Amino acid sequence: MANQLDEQAVEHVASLAKLEFDKNELSKITGQLGNIMDMFSELQSKDVKDVEPMISPTDMDTVLRDDKAEHISKDERQAILDNAPDTENGLIKVPAIIDESEDGE
Amino acid sequence: MNFYDTNLTQVHNDLVNKRISVTELTKETLTNIKAHEKDLKAYLHLNEDAALKEAAALDKEGVPADDVIAGMPLAVKDNILTKGLTTTAASKILENFNPVYDATVVAKLNQHHFINVGKTNLDEFAMGSSTENSAFQTTSNPWDLTRVPGGSSGGSAASVAAGEVLGALGTDTGGSIRMPASFNGIVGMKPTYGRVSRWGVIAFASSFDQVGWLTQNVKDNATLMSIISGQDKHDMTTSDREVPDFAAELNDSADVKGLKIAVPKEYMSDDVDAGVRKVIMDAVKHFESLGASVDEVSMPNTKYGVPAYYILAPSEASSNLQRYDGIRYGFRAKDVKNLEDVYVKSRSEGFGAEVKRRIMLGTFSLSAGSYDAYFLQAAKIRRLITNDFINVFKDYDLIIGPTGAHPAFKIGSETEDPRKMYMNDILTVPVNMAGVPAMSVPAGFSEGLPVGLQIIGKMFDEKTVYKAGYVFEQTTDFHKQHPQLGGQN
Repeated sequence: MANQLDEQAVEHVASLAKLEFDKNELSKITGQLGNIMDMFSELQSKDVKDVEPMISPTDMDTVLRDDKAEHISKDERQAILDNAPDTENGLIKVPAIIDESEDGE
Repeated sequence: MNFYDTNLTQVHNDLVNKRISVTELTKETLTNIKAHEKDLKAYLHLNEDAALKEAAALDKEGVPADDVIAGMPLAVKDNILTKGLTTTAASKILENFNPVYDATVVAKLNQHHFINVGKTNLDEFAMGSSTENSAFQTTSNPWDLTRVPGGSSGGSAASVAAGEVLGALGTDTGGSIRMPASFNGIVGMKPTYGRVSRWGVIAFASSFDQVGWLTQNVKDNATLMSIISGQDKHDMTTSDREVPDFAAELNDSADVKGLKIAVPKEYMSDDVDAGVRKVIMDAVKHFESLGASVDEVSMPNTKYGVPAYYILAPSEASSNLQRYDGIRYGFRAKDVKNLEDVYVKSRSEGFGAEVKRRIMLGTFSLSAGSYDAYFLQAAKIRRLITNDFINVFKDYDLIIGPTGAHPAFKIGSETEDPRKMYMNDILTVPVNMAGVPAMSVPAGFSEGLPVGLQIIGKMFDEKTVYKAGYVFEQTTDFHKQHPQLGGQN
């Protein structure tokens, strides 16, 4: 499978990944991704009929902890909040979800 | 203080017998680190104040005679969380991140009162083979400052190779402990997947990531590995198997007589530098002379390792790195109009080029229309690569070969060609695919630069890997050769 990524396709993938590239970056990364993906073509020709996909080296079952909230101290809570870019009244603050500069979606 | 030609036991005895205080040792260690930093740039943050405080407390209590780690200066790769000490994963997106808890491996070391001297440089989010992808600085190889230290644990490797510490923690997702160990002429072990907890280790590719040690010598590595290993309720992939004392049998009576060793012909192909192959052939002869038997075998799916890895690991990374959204912690872009802007601009400005490339590769591989042909195909090939190991280990105790196809390359020589950079991992990624343990030990030199021998073991059989590495080390003198910092071009 040769390079099937054009700039339009790369922009689509970028939107899925919540990334954006300016014109120069887009041209550069499209070329680089195409070059890397040429390397993947070797995999496509390999016959893997009847091969089970391997997702992890461990064969252990998933273990779930009890669905119980763990208590944290006031200091721990503050330390967590101190890492947030913006807070108010002990809560994490984010910009408006609806873009007020447009009519919105 | 320089840690060449000493070991944990000797330094520990000096501390217990008060030939040197923990405070003096810590101060001298930090002085030595600082003297090199201009050349090496191995550390992102030094932990001077807290380290000296911990040292003073230990001097007051006395170093316990039965705890070889107490008061020992060691370094921690900066993708491993240290409570109250900035941890960045060498990314701008975590530039001011202050962890609220310790990684399990750090907590275990803290229980033994180790001295954390600082956080070492790496490729951003451990994505890279040269440490050039750090958002903050490029670390140099102490053997030749114009060359890379390998990656992604390049800061840890350079610091150990420069004699600054006896050991430094690293992480290995596709070779990030072993390759820098090889490039720097030191010992680096990636234990079995499931041996060491990744709780508090900044996730890159969770079905590959393991924590391990870069050290001056094999026995210290084994001693330190026993301390950080074991089941952890916070990491469900950790095994409940008993953790052996990996160093227990590393003594004068250790030998490799009767060990059955395999050398895959794919690991010795023309893609590997002739100088590296010569070093490995000499190692093979050396093992034979010590009574091991060595046969050539075939692991035919080796060539698929790099392409399959660069689908699977970026796929997992694209998922793991979704958490960096500029909301709860980390970098948030300025001049944002709405929430979508926070996500897109924070990530686009906060991540470096290589991290973005991998997020893009992973997002593409997992996207509708590509999933079957890319992610699923690569996951099936991962099974075939693993089966290669299973098949060889039916008849052999160990697999050996080179760690890297060539010695350390020049800084800047591969940064513009990601595909060429990825090919550096050709001999290390199959190990992470399968989850088996593997160690790089110093095995000689090519063009004046260190070459590592990779010793690969069966799942949870680190003991045999350590034994072979120890015997090899004790019967050769490559590990006694050190870089001449400052005395080079």
